[in-house]
Amino acid sequence: MNWNLFLTELVAGVSHGAVYALIALGYSMVYGILKLLNFAHGDVYMVGSFIGFGIITVFGGATNLSIPVWALLIVMLLCAMLGGGLLGVMIERFAYRRLRNAPRIAPLITALGVSFFLENAAQLVLGAQYQSYDSFGWKSPIALRHFTLPASTVISYAEVIIIAGTIVLVVALTLFVQRTQLGKAMRATSFDREAAAMMGIDVDNVIVATFFIGSALAGAAGVFNGIEYQQVWPYMGFTAGLYAFIAAVVGGIGNLPGAVLGGLTIGLAQAFSIGYISSTFSDAVVFAILIAVMIVRPSGLLGKAAVSKV
Amino acid sequence: MSLLELQAVDTYYGPIHILQGLTLTIEPGELVCLLGGNASGKSTTLKTVLGIVSPRNGTVTFDGEDVTRRPTSYRIRKGLAIVPENRRLFAPMTVLENLQMGAYLHGGGSQEDFDRVYELFPLLHERRSQLAGTLSGGEQQMVAMGRALMSKPKLLLMDEPSMGLAPILVERSFEIIQQVHESGVAMLVVEQNANVSLSIADRGYVLSTGRLVLEGRADDLRENEDLRKAYLGR
Repeated sequence: MNWNLFLTELVAGVSHGAVYALIALGYSMVYGILKLLNFAHGDVYMVGSFIGFGIITVFGGATNLSIPVWALLIVMLLCAMLGGGLLGVMIERFAYRRLRNAPRIAPLITALGVSFFLENAAQLVLGAQYQSYDSFGWKSPIALRHFTLPASTVISYAEVIIIAGTIVLVVALTLFVQRTQLGKAMRATSFDREAAAMMGIDVDNVIVATFFIGSALAGAAGVFNGIEYQQVWPYMGFTAGLYAFIAAVVGGIGNLPGAVLGGLTIGLAQAFSIGYISSTFSDAVVFAILIAVMIVRPSGLLGKAAVSKV
Repeated sequence: MSLLELQAVDTYYGPIHILQGLTLTIEPGELVCLLGGNASGKSTTLKTVLGIVSPRNGTVTFDGEDVTRRPTSYRIRKGLAIVPENRRLFAPMTVLENLQMGAYLHGGGSQEDFDRVYELFPLLHERRSQLAGTLSGGEQQMVAMGRALMSKPKLLLMDEPSMGLAPILVERSFEIIQQVHESGVAMLVVEQNANVSLSIADRGYVLSTGRLVLEGRADDLRENEDLRKAYLGR
């Protein structure tokens, strides 16, 4: 057994999966409350990635950086989360709110329309070509003082940043949803919107908060992807959004731990199929997992089967 | 001054005219029941009072203020609360969290609110960490009532409190309603079970296809020939 390859792919898979998990969380949160598949969500991630790129440029880039790298990273994350969150809120306000009581196909088509709009607007404003994040040594292998990795195992700073950052965000989200009144109102609204309204919960506010938080997580995922792969371009949200959607469905859409589990599953499946088989087959493996889960557990790994109680 | 006053209210669902010129009043501290068969507009009346649906014509006055165009949250802050039909608990949340949602507009409830509700339903204190969906029907009814009482309402709306409960629990449920009423809370109880509800109510209204067909003191209604034929089955 080649442990070097195994470890390398394991860490790559987890960091990749963390990015999917962050996007999948937003998919799942919005679905949980509105029963809407927000296909524009991947494009929020793209915008977040571009915001991170813009921040690097503003602070002078790699050659002329005016603040420490760690501070730059924090500013990038905060701005991408804020920008992504506000974009999500605007999408809800202008595209979805009017369709709240329309047949479900109407907001679904609208979501696709918003997705095309964002992709084409980004292409118009930012150009169709790939842009590059400066790397700041994020991609260099980590050097540990008291611990030596097996030879030729490659773990980069970027991967460590992504995994640690995702853990922080997921823990913060869990605390928010479990402990705060607004988080509880979200769970209540997602279980029974009319009953929540009857308690005096302002459902509009809850929905806005859901879009903000879900989209902020996608914005953070955009920055994480930028520091790992350096490249940003207007259509990056399509594929990432697709994999994250699969992750949400595999985990059980509407279920937040499921979104994280699904993200990690898809990330690891991709990494190991690239490492041990061939990158050509990684999509086949991902879709095979999706199909297998749908056959065995149609409501997803952690999703609850719909029970109608009389 | 009446606590609640509906004045010539017309409520529509799309093109369908549900409530037709409904006028009713509730005095402070009064227990009023609203009777009627299926699809007579009972639930719609409650939704109109609460602001879940808004009437096309007419006014809703609560506690001296015209709230016809005010949102649900405003009315609840002003002192309305509801025990919805079928209870509508938040099943995947704990009993404690359900109670907190009842006091959402009051920051999730003060210790005093919890004490008041736990005193009325000691069982809820015992079961506070249990998921609401795992409780029995009678226990769920207590959670639903406790949740509504968390906001210290002046007027409590109850939609079919006897529905889906075993006869012994119906009796218990109405005992609790009476107990809450005696603590000074006005109540509007919507029921199909006319017998039980008239026995504890001060006054009653009878709806039929969205129109008021009878109103009066509960004792008089119990003696009314038409009502007895239609609802009391004797």
